[in-house]
Amino acid sequence: MERKKLLVIGNGMAGMACVDAILQQGPHFDITVLSEEPYYNYNRILLSSVLQGEKLVDDIYINTKEWYDANGIDLHLGAKAVDINAPLHQVVTEKGDIFHYDKLLIATGSDPFIPPIEGVKKKGVFAFRNINDVNAMTSHCEEAPGRAVVIGGGLLGLEAAYGLIKNNMQVTVVHLGNRLMERQLDEIGGLFLKREIEKMGIEVLLQKSTTRIMGKDRIESVQFKDGSIVEANMVVVACGIKPNIELAKKAGLKVNRGIEVNDHMETSDPDIFAVGECVEHRGMVYGLVAPLYEQGKVLASTIVGLKELTYEGTTLATKLKVMGIELFSAGDFLAEDPSMEVVAYEDHAFGVYKKLVVHNNRLIGSILIGDSRDSGRFLKLIRDEERLGDKRQNLLFETPPAVAGSPEDVMSLPDDETICGCIGVTKGQIVCAVKENNLKSLAGVKKCTKASTGCGTCAGTVEDIMRAVNGGELEEVADVLCECVPFPQEKLRNIVQTQKLKSVQEILDVYGNGVGCQVCKPALSYVIDEVWCGEHTEDRSARFINDRVHANIQKDGTFSVIPRMRGGLTNPNELRKIADVADKYKVKLVKVTGSQRLDLLGVKKADLPKIWDELGMPCGHAYTKAVRMVKSCVGAEFCRYGTQNSMQVGVDLEKELEGLYTPGKLKMGVVGCPRNCAEATVKDIGLIGIEGGWQVVIGGAAGKVVRAADILVTVSTTEEAFEAAKLFFQYYRENGKYGERTYDFVERLGLEKVRRETILANKEIQDAILNRLEKSKANTVDPWVVEAKRPATSMQFDEFVLPKDGAALLNNFPV
Amino acid sequence: MTNESEATWRLIGTRDSIPLREGRRVCFGDKEAAVFNLGDKFLAVESNCPHKQGPLEDGIVSGEAVFCPLHNWKIDLNSGDVIAGGEGHIATYAIKVEDDQLYIRF
Repeated sequence: MERKKLLVIGNGMAGMACVDAILQQGPHFDITVLSEEPYYNYNRILLSSVLQGEKLVDDIYINTKEWYDANGIDLHLGAKAVDINAPLHQVVTEKGDIFHYDKLLIATGSDPFIPPIEGVKKKGVFAFRNINDVNAMTSHCEEAPGRAVVIGGGLLGLEAAYGLIKNNMQVTVVHLGNRLMERQLDEIGGLFLKREIEKMGIEVLLQKSTTRIMGKDRIESVQFKDGSIVEANMVVVACGIKPNIELAKKAGLKVNRGIEVNDHMETSDPDIFAVGECVEHRGMVYGLVAPLYEQGKVLASTIVGLKELTYEGTTLATKLKVMGIELFSAGDFLAEDPSMEVVAYEDHAFGVYKKLVVHNNRLIGSILIGDSRDSGRFLKLIRDEERLGDKRQNLLFETPPAVAGSPEDVMSLPDDETICGCIGVTKGQIVCAVKENNLKSLAGVKKCTKASTGCGTCAGTVEDIMRAVNGGELEEVADVLCECVPFPQEKLRNIVQTQKLKSVQEILDVYGNGVGCQVCKPALSYVIDEVWCGEHTEDRSARFINDRVHANIQKDGTFSVIPRMRGGLTNPNELRKIADVADKYKVKLVKVTGSQRLDLLGVKKADLPKIWDELGMPCGHAYTKAVRMVKSCVGAEFCRYGTQNSMQVGVDLEKELEGLYTPGKLKMGVVGCPRNCAEATVKDIGLIGIEGGWQVVIGGAAGKVVRAADILVTVSTTEEAFEAAKLFFQYYRENGKYGERTYDFVERLGLEKVRRETILANKEIQDAILNRLEKSKANTVDPWVVEAKRPATSMQFDEFVLPKDGAALLNNFPV
Repeated sequence: MTNESEATWRLIGTRDSIPLREGRRVCFGDKEAAVFNLGDKFLAVESNCPHKQGPLEDGIVSGEAVFCPLHNWKIDLNSGDVIAGGEGHIATYAIKVEDDQLYIRF
C-alpha cells in the first residue's frame, strides 16, 4: 500500500516532537521536512547555555542525521517555504521547489517581536532566537567588548543578559514594565529577582521605553522616551515573540493571533495541521516547551485517524533557572481578586520568596524564587484542583522540613509527580527505567526516558532518584594512590605544590611510609616533574627502568629503541643510519610499529648510548608515559580527497608537544579528511581535516579499550586547532591520574567539564594553562642527546665485570 | 666455575659507583649478582628473578626489597625470598664497605 505524504514545514522542537509522536503511531507516512535553518533539530531552550559558554552548538542537537535517516525522513535544510497552495496540496519554497502533500503540518514557530525603534536595523543590534543569532552575538562580544543594552526584561532578555556578562560585556537591561518577568512574577517577586540580578553586576532599568538606537557605522548609545541615554555598542532585542502565521494566512487558514486549532489540533483545512508556538488554542498562544509536547501527542493521534486524544490547554507553569536563580511560577499568582488568600514567605537575606494563592480551598497559583524544591507538590495541587482540607495548614512548609535534595526526600514524592516538566516524565517512570535497565548515569536516564533533555533543570533531581534507587551507588569512593602514600592523586598534587616538596623521598618521608613501592614512586616522580618542571631534584631510583635508560625493557632483559619519526615521515638518510646501526649492533629485529615508526628490538643495555649517538635521531619516547607520536595520513599534498595538509600539520603538532611527559602514554593523529586513514578518531588527541577547518577530537582509544574520540571543538584554522589541542593536553597533564589514559580521563570528568575548563574557559585561565605548558616545554630535553655521552647516574648502562684475579687483593679480610 | 669454598671478597669499585636506592649488576665468571645501595647499607642477591629471569638490578627499590621490572614480583634483599607476586627464593651475597670501597663475597 502506498503511504501518504506528510509534509512538515518547520524543523524546530515542536515540529520534530510531533513527528516523533507520529512515528510512534507506526509507519503511516512518507515524511518530508522543510527546514529554513541550515541545522538539524536543536534544543532552542539551550541557546542561552551556548551563549553563556556552558554548552557548544554541537551539544544542543536533539536529533542528528542518523535519526532522520533511520526514520526515512527526507530532510531539506535551508529550504524556506514561501507559499502554500491548499487546493493543489502544494508548498513552494524560496528556491522555487514544489512539494506535494497529502497532509501538511505547519510548525513554523514564532519570530522575535521587534518593536518600532528608530535604528533597530543597525549593525550591532541582535535578536536572540536561533543559532546564527548566538554565533553573531559571541563574535561581536569578542571583537567589540563594551556595554550591551538588552531591551526586554522577560525570561529571554535575562538569559541574554546573563550570557553577555559571561562574554565579558557590561550589561544594562531595560524593561518597559514596572517589574521583571511580569508574565511569571508579581511585584515582590520581580523585586527579589531584580536584586539578585543586580548582585551579578547587571544594571536594571524599569519603565523605560526605548526610542532610538544611535550611532553611524557602529552603535554608540540608546535613547529612551524620557530623554535619558545609555552608552552602548551592542543592543539585544528580546521583547517577546509573535507567532509566525504568514504562510497559514496565504493558505487561507483561519488565523487570529496564531493559527486557530481545535481540541484535536485541526486547523480550518482538514488536511492541514499546526503545532507549537504558531498555534492559537482556545485563545491561548504558548511560548513554552511543555505545551508543544502535549499538543504533539494529540496531533499525532488525530493525523493518523485515531482521534482518541484531545488537547485542553496547558496549565502554565514555568520552572527554570534564570541566570542560576531557581524560579517557579504557575497558575494565577497575582491574587488580584480580594476573595483570594495569599500565603507568603520572604527571606531577603537568602533571596528566598514563596507565594501561594488559595481560592475556594484550592491552590490556584504559586511563585517560588531561590528555592523551588516544592514546585512539584504545588503544581500537582494546582493541576488536580484538589481540595486542600487539612493540607491548608502546612501548605507552605510540609512537616518535617526535608533536607534539600536528599535521596530520601526525593523518594517520598508520589510516583505520579512530574519531575521533568519539559517532556512530562514522572518520578514513577524514572524509577522504573532506572530499575529495569540498571541505570547509573544521567545519560542513561536521558536515553531511556528523555527526562532532562529539555531545559535540564531537573538533572539534579533525576540523579537523586537514581542514587536513591541504586542505594547510593553513584557516590564516588575516594581512591588513594597506594598504601604507601594514602592520599588521592588530586590531593597529592596539591600537597606537592603547597608544601613545596621537591623529591619523591621527601613526599614519602613526610606523607607516606618512607619507603614507597613500584606503584607510587613513578607516579610521584611524574607529579613532581609536572608541578616543578625542572626546579626539583630528579630521583632516578624512583623511576621505572625504562625511564632510567630511555628504552623499553623486553622479556629477556634487552631493550627496544624507537627513534622519533615526526608524523610518520622519514627519508633515505635516516633509513640508511638505522640500517647501519642495526647491522653494527646485531639488532635482532627491525619492525614497523603501529605508530608509523621503526623499532630496533633486542638491543643490549650497554649499547644504548652508542646507538643513540650513531643514529643522531631524536628520542621517540616509546618506552614511557609521554607524547608518543602523531600519526598522519598523506593529506592534501598528494591525496585527491585531502582537504587539509595533514602531514605538515602532524609534524608541527608533534614538534609542539614532543618531549613532554603525560599521566598515560599519549598518541595523536592528524588526518586530512573524514575518511580518517590515520585513525585520528581512536587517538588521545586527533585533528580531523574538514572542508574549511578542523575537528579536534579527544579521548579516543584502540587498545585494551576501543573508544571513539569525542569532539572537543570544531574550528576553522590550524592555529585554533593547535590551541584547543594544547589546552586539553596540558589540562590532562595537570588533572589526569598517573596511568590514566585520556579515554578514562574524559569519561571520569565528563566532556562538559573538560570543555568548560579548557576551550570554554575564560581567556585568563586559558592563557595560564598555555603558559604552564610553554614553561614545561621549554624545560624539555632529549634524553638521548644528553645521556648518549654522559649518563645521568654512575654505571647507568654498564655492569661490573670482576677480573679473574680480583680476589687476590682482598684475602686479608675476615670472612 | 668457582664454588662456595673458593668464595672470597672481591672488589667491585667505589661505593658511590652505585647510586642511592639503585642496583647494578656485578659479574664474576658465571656468577651474577644485583647489588643495591640502600643508603645505610648495601645488599646483594642473585641477579635474576626466579619467575622469568627478569634483571633485578633494574627494579625499583622499596625499603629493603626490590620489585622485578618485568612482572613486579617483590624480593626481600636480606633473605632472597619472594615476598609478593609469587613464591620462590634466590641466593644472597654478602657485601662489605671498606674505605669507601665496595666488596662482594663471590
